[in-house]
Amino acid sequence: MKQFLIFVRKEWYHIWRDKRTLLILIGMPIIQIVLYGFALTNEIKNSRIAVLDESHDPSTLALIQKIDASRYFEITRMLHSPADVEAVFRQGRTRLVIIFPLGFRGDLLHGHRAQVQLVADASDPNTANMLTNYAEAIINDYQQSLNGDQALPYQISTQIRMLYNPELKGAYNFVPGVLALVLMLVCAMMTSMSIVREKEMGSMEVILVSPLKPFRIIIAKTIPYLLVSLLNIVCILVLSVYALEVPIRGSLWLLIGESMLFTITSLSVGLLISNSAKTQQTAMFTSMMSLFLPTLLFSGFLFPVENMPLPLRVVSNVVPAKWYYIIVKSVMIKGLGPAAVWKETLILTGMTLVLLGISIRNFKIRLA
Amino acid sequence: MVKPVIVEELVKKYRMKRGEVKALNGISFSVEKGEVFGIIGPDGAGKTSLFRILNTLLLADQGRATVNGYDTVGEYKKIRQCIGYMPGRFSLYQDLSVRENLEFFAAIFNADIQENYLLIKDIYTQIEPFRDRRAGQLSGGMKQKLALCCALIHQPEILFLDEPTTGVDAVSRKEFWEMLHRLKERGITILVSTSYMDEAGLCDRVALLQKGNILSIDTPEGIRGRFGKAVWAVRASEMFRLLNELKGDPSVESCYPFGQYHHVVLKAPLAGETDLRGIMDRERYAEAEVRPISPTIEDCFMALMKE
Repeated sequence: MKQFLIFVRKEWYHIWRDKRTLLILIGMPIIQIVLYGFALTNEIKNSRIAVLDESHDPSTLALIQKIDASRYFEITRMLHSPADVEAVFRQGRTRLVIIFPLGFRGDLLHGHRAQVQLVADASDPNTANMLTNYAEAIINDYQQSLNGDQALPYQISTQIRMLYNPELKGAYNFVPGVLALVLMLVCAMMTSMSIVREKEMGSMEVILVSPLKPFRIIIAKTIPYLLVSLLNIVCILVLSVYALEVPIRGSLWLLIGESMLFTITSLSVGLLISNSAKTQQTAMFTSMMSLFLPTLLFSGFLFPVENMPLPLRVVSNVVPAKWYYIIVKSVMIKGLGPAAVWKETLILTGMTLVLLGISIRNFKIRLA
Repeated sequence: MVKPVIVEELVKKYRMKRGEVKALNGISFSVEKGEVFGIIGPDGAGKTSLFRILNTLLLADQGRATVNGYDTVGEYKKIRQCIGYMPGRFSLYQDLSVRENLEFFAAIFNADIQENYLLIKDIYTQIEPFRDRRAGQLSGGMKQKLALCCALIHQPEILFLDEPTTGVDAVSRKEFWEMLHRLKERGITILVSTSYMDEAGLCDRVALLQKGNILSIDTPEGIRGRFGKAVWAVRASEMFRLLNELKGDPSVESCYPFGQYHHVVLKAPLAGETDLRGIMDRERYAEAEVRPISPTIEDCFMALMKE
């Protein structure tokens, strides 16, 4: 046991004394959370729009005020002629132009049918879509307030409730994603690099010649990274609760337990990489290529897996991050309990056992 | 009693892009208990491959070897219990202090520093003033001393030292060999490799290794005694011209530069100083100096290589 503890302590010295690595280990998750939380967001806030009002009547005025008051839009320009529409888009900062034709109020009150044109800059299709939807919703709202208590003969009104995330915050989506990404990278990349470093430095030769069992070498080398990961998990959760206001609805302990499981999965991947990599650079690039991209693409964090073609959906099943992502979303965002995530947990456990088994079996007891 | 190291017909090949390279070409030898056995050879002779096979770090392609009676393939775990190994390049942790390195290696070999302190005391006291310094900031000689301490801390029965003095200054080299002799007195069998021929004389027995073949195994005196020809040390004002001159002369068998002198062996058994002086006078060398010397291990090595 003392032997084991001294090994772990030595590993800890390596981490602690290499300030650059330490900065990556602790800094990366914080930077990612802050980046995704405040900078790289696909939410729409205060989009710049312009209005061309050819009617200038009380109805258009009321609508314009309503639109300007919403937190999605900020009216920056009032246009005067249809020719301005093209020009204002060319300047590039305006996302949407709302056009009220001449005689809007008259059409609305007497013809019972008024038209509004929404012109969006669809060079970014998602944003254009969202903006027109928001604008439509505001206009519909206005229309309903006009009708007031007047009973219309037939009317279907949709009531939308956004479950789990009423404010449609992007953070609900990416906090689980960042957790998966950071744990995968920190554990797999750092463990593989730390083992390969020993090979590069030659100290692995001496360790191998010692009576120490391979299993113990592996465990001792991974434990410090397990602790660092735990620290990272706590860091990310604290940041997301207090800075991004993403609540932890389910059990905190379940969430941490599942995260530790995923950490061990990632450590096993790192061990597997270290078995074949000969230099730290190879280890780093292998980890990056084989973990970073699949985690980003197939976890469902950036792109929905359900929309992918079948072969890619099959591939996504072997990406551990996908299962972890589902678990975190269920526990953290939806507040579900163990009964809801047992299947994913089982899959993740199975993957871990297989990976760990292979990497311990393949651990080279000799140099070549 | 079992000999500490027995090597039988060992062959080690490396597959390269351009064909195969034989690092060891069927070598055999054995080491007696308590002796300092030197493997002497230039870079690329196969020393490190041999050490790694004996340390159970590499598998041989043919032949077998035993260490302390244990087979290096089947009983590698038992071998790893009883040997100490110091690899050719510095293999300790540069970011750990002297003390931390020692503690770590003591721990992984299940040894207690206090219990075994006596064995390393002579060496450790020299580096103790720097016990809190990071190993990466030690001088070359200090690093070797620390590495030796780490290899010794578990009282191994057999110590494998792969080129321990390469890149170490002359004074530290001398100290290092003195330490080895003190360890020998404690009954530890030592296998040491070196490319410095002058260190051969400090071993009890040596094996001369060249391109995977053993040229000769004997005591240093035995190897020198078998040389059988007179060696002359020659010096003059223009050493480089002299070297080419003597190499090209039909009466000269071999001529190699050795520090300040050229070592010359003549073809005719009875030829000697007068013949050499004759050549040098003929070609008008100033400050010509010729004197007989006893052959060094390097002379023997060069001669054996030619055969």
